[in-house]
Amino acid sequence: MPVVIVDGQEIEIGADERLNCIEAARRAGKEIPHYCWHPGLSVVASCRMCLIETGQRDAATGKVSMVPKLVPGCQTPVKDGTVIVTESETVKESRARVEEALLIDHPIDCPICDKAGECLLQDYHFEHGQPERRADLHPFTSRKRDVGPTISLFVDRCIMCTRCVRFTREVSGTGELMVTNRGAKEEIDVFPGFPLDNKLAGNVVDLCPVGALGDKDFLYSQRVWFMKREANVCGGCAAGCSIWTEQNQDTVYRLKPRENPHVNTWWMCDDGRYGWHHLHDESRILDAQHRAAGGGEGNGHAETAFQPVEWADVVTRLRADLEKAGRLAVAVSPMLTVEEAWLLCGVARSIDSSAFLALGYVPVEGNDESFPGGFTIRGEKCPNRKGVEEVLAAFGASGKTWCDLVAHIAAGHADAAWITAGYPKAWIDEPAAAAFAGLCCLVVQDLFDSPLMAHATWRLPAAGFAERAGTWVNIAHRAQSFRQAIRPPAGVWPEGRLFWNMLGRRGLYNPTAVRNEVAESSAAFAAIGGEMPATGVDLRVRQLA
Amino acid sequence: MTPFKPVLLEAVGVPEGYTLASYRSRGGYAPLEKILREKQPLDVVEMVKSSGLRGRGGAGFSTGLKWTFLPKDHPGPIYLCVNADESEPGTFNNRLLMEDDPHQVIEGIILSSFATRATTAYIYVRYEYPESWKRLQAAIDECYAAGLLGKNILGSGFSLDIYLHRGAAAYICGEETGLIESLEGKRAWPRIKPPFPAIEGVFRKPTVVNNIETMACVAQIARRGVEWFKSIGVPANPNNPRDPGSYGPKLYCLSGHVEKPGCYEAPLGITLRELVDHYGGGVWKGRKAKAAIPGGISMGLFTEAEFDTPLDFAGPGRVGCLGLGTAAVVVLDETVRMVDFLYNSCRFFAHESCGQCTPCREGTSWSLRMLERIRAGKGRLKDLDLLLELGNTMGMMPGSTICGLADGAAWPIKNAINKFRDEFEDTIKRTNPEGWMVTDPVPALAIVGAH
Repeated sequence: MPVVIVDGQEIEIGADERLNCIEAARRAGKEIPHYCWHPGLSVVASCRMCLIETGQRDAATGKVSMVPKLVPGCQTPVKDGTVIVTESETVKESRARVEEALLIDHPIDCPICDKAGECLLQDYHFEHGQPERRADLHPFTSRKRDVGPTISLFVDRCIMCTRCVRFTREVSGTGELMVTNRGAKEEIDVFPGFPLDNKLAGNVVDLCPVGALGDKDFLYSQRVWFMKREANVCGGCAAGCSIWTEQNQDTVYRLKPRENPHVNTWWMCDDGRYGWHHLHDESRILDAQHRAAGGGEGNGHAETAFQPVEWADVVTRLRADLEKAGRLAVAVSPMLTVEEAWLLCGVARSIDSSAFLALGYVPVEGNDESFPGGFTIRGEKCPNRKGVEEVLAAFGASGKTWCDLVAHIAAGHADAAWITAGYPKAWIDEPAAAAFAGLCCLVVQDLFDSPLMAHATWRLPAAGFAERAGTWVNIAHRAQSFRQAIRPPAGVWPEGRLFWNMLGRRGLYNPTAVRNEVAESSAAFAAIGGEMPATGVDLRVRQLA
Repeated sequence: MTPFKPVLLEAVGVPEGYTLASYRSRGGYAPLEKILREKQPLDVVEMVKSSGLRGRGGAGFSTGLKWTFLPKDHPGPIYLCVNADESEPGTFNNRLLMEDDPHQVIEGIILSSFATRATTAYIYVRYEYPESWKRLQAAIDECYAAGLLGKNILGSGFSLDIYLHRGAAAYICGEETGLIESLEGKRAWPRIKPPFPAIEGVFRKPTVVNNIETMACVAQIARRGVEWFKSIGVPANPNNPRDPGSYGPKLYCLSGHVEKPGCYEAPLGITLRELVDHYGGGVWKGRKAKAAIPGGISMGLFTEAEFDTPLDFAGPGRVGCLGLGTAAVVVLDETVRMVDFLYNSCRFFAHESCGQCTPCREGTSWSLRMLERIRAGKGRLKDLDLLLELGNTMGMMPGSTICGLADGAAWPIKNAINKFRDEFEDTIKRTNPEGWMVTDPVPALAIVGAH
């Protein structure tokens, strides 16, 4: 195995790994500061913050010969015997000078900058900078201009790392951003009439190491040090991007991509990024309600008003209602986690051992959209179709879809239906909802009111994506588990909690226990048992016996 | 001093010397025909290598050696780029060659392409040279008509197309990888090396980048022979194994405060004083010289006492300059204030820094603003130390930038302050009697703008 020597510490790297000095030093626990380098973008070696000293140890004699000048760590590949020095006086002086140079024209308006607290320029200045400002220059004030519908550019905060420019050229392939002017007058800009308006645009804000690119959705809404982040999975589409949900006191302020080489690498799309606003929508269903069955045939229950029901009562009354009604049909929403789907199927079968189980409505918007950098936004706008399908298969309802369920009810084979939904957007229209009109008991569990609610006897709230805990299986069979990032609004029980209680299980809803149970009970889910890596597992990888 | 009969500038003063007929009458294209008929590409590489020809663009790298860095048996295409983005202040020898003897350049290009197996050559002409553009294009058209360019040149089986590419007036396009980026239609940000252009250049194919004057030299070596070329100039220093010698004639661009500015051809190794006195007719208006730029502004400064340094590839380095550069000599007479000189130099580099690497982008602009303040009578002695620190730390040589522009910006700063420190200190003390000694840090934040 090749050996790299980082500040005297020998570390082994893989024989066919192609690492640069930054990556190799990171393995040894040494952080080489850098601005322009990003693992997902091409190397330009222009910020010069990662300058280090390198050398080569002779394999035969063990003598080290050093390169007589500083080299950029990002641009220098390591091989067997590479010597990296990250802490020498020369290196430290060079870093201090780069920091000093970057701050010459920087407005240093940290008190009014959104990036403060997570700004590399700030962090590196405290760590590597000089204690006093030697340049006798008044910094620019921070000019601001829009470069796109979602992005503002604070021109003078920019340190010209060009990550954003490279992103639009290499990953989104849209190339809106460019560098104008020359030397210290350089600016990032867009061509007139061609704003930064693509579905991956928000990533440039994450890429920006300083506060130059601001996300208008987040701008001035929260100080970053007040927020806590929870590893989460985006529920916006079937891609299942790994994300961070950043929240303060159960209010989400922004989502950021979480690095996952198997799913989204370093990016996420704007649909997902801004797709959390429905969580805090005023019109969400916030408590469990019931209304007595009545009214005319086919005309639903419109004239009877809903009455709130305590959750403890829901658990018992709902079961009693459904048992009384008879033949049950259940739509298992692809918004539910594997654990919730598993429990729901269990509840349904405990009420009616021959309950008809089917996959819930699968929202689809257009086709998959792929970008040159390899990122794909899926047309299927739900996170867990694969997972629910596998659960249904385990319950002998393999391949049953929403259409099958509607046909089943239309044919009069069901007396009661339990529709789990939880879709952030309107999903059913009145003609489609009419098919559910004649049932004795209709349970609808959703985020928002829909035409279906007109026929419901039970109106139950659903949880949003960040309010759930559990496992989703994306379109590429990768199962990712996540914890609850925020608590749902008061009065809302996440679906899993209701199902857990309806099954009469003791204690608090424990998704991990359910996950292990699923893994033990179903061969298809064998891979999700036990400890789950943060980047998830591939369901198709069966554990060895 | 024996007068030197111009070779590269043979056509200067010849009426219509830029035409094909005129060039042929001076013996042009005959060597090319002979070589295409009788020789192999490797013979030409060997010829140029043994002549000791070093690139005339500034760095002085051995031309033949550069050609051998191309990958062997590459399926192609291989490109030849001819750098005519002559933007080093004080330099104009390429213009003369392109305007007065374009065929000499083209013959050199055909020979070099033959040697490097390039089938496409680009000439990157700087924007400010419209006449060069016209003359070169006319010459290229003549060559196509005469079968000297195009498919199967003179029945040899060798094909070559030459394209002119006009730059958009930026100094950085003269840096070879900046030139390549610009040629590809991109912003001229020099590339990180490795890979060097010989491995991955224009359109990510092996590329040789040579200067116009180098091409003219190749043509003359083919016509007059290696022995002739080696008989001119300064032989290699036997005590320094890394000195390949400075052979051949060189075009010196003499300007500034001399009586007869112009482009003069002389053997490499002529001293700056000889150049000024014999060719330039001495310093103008009977004044005395104070300093001179030896080879374009980025090479640094000679003091008057250093004028006897030979202008070959090794000479300027001995007195603390960066090198011979483009051999553009600018003489400053005794009335020039060095603060003004350095201000002008810094202004140029701050304007031309491409802005890619932090130390150069910010360093050139900071040094300019310090010089502006010193000129405005608010200098401090501490500024000189800051300027020197900038000069010592920015550039490819300390490793803090990608290309050599910052080295070029640093050398005038270092040379001017080190060699004329007394004058700088006097100026600062005289113009800022109140504050020249202040060393306190400058208060950082006077204004914070709101949006």
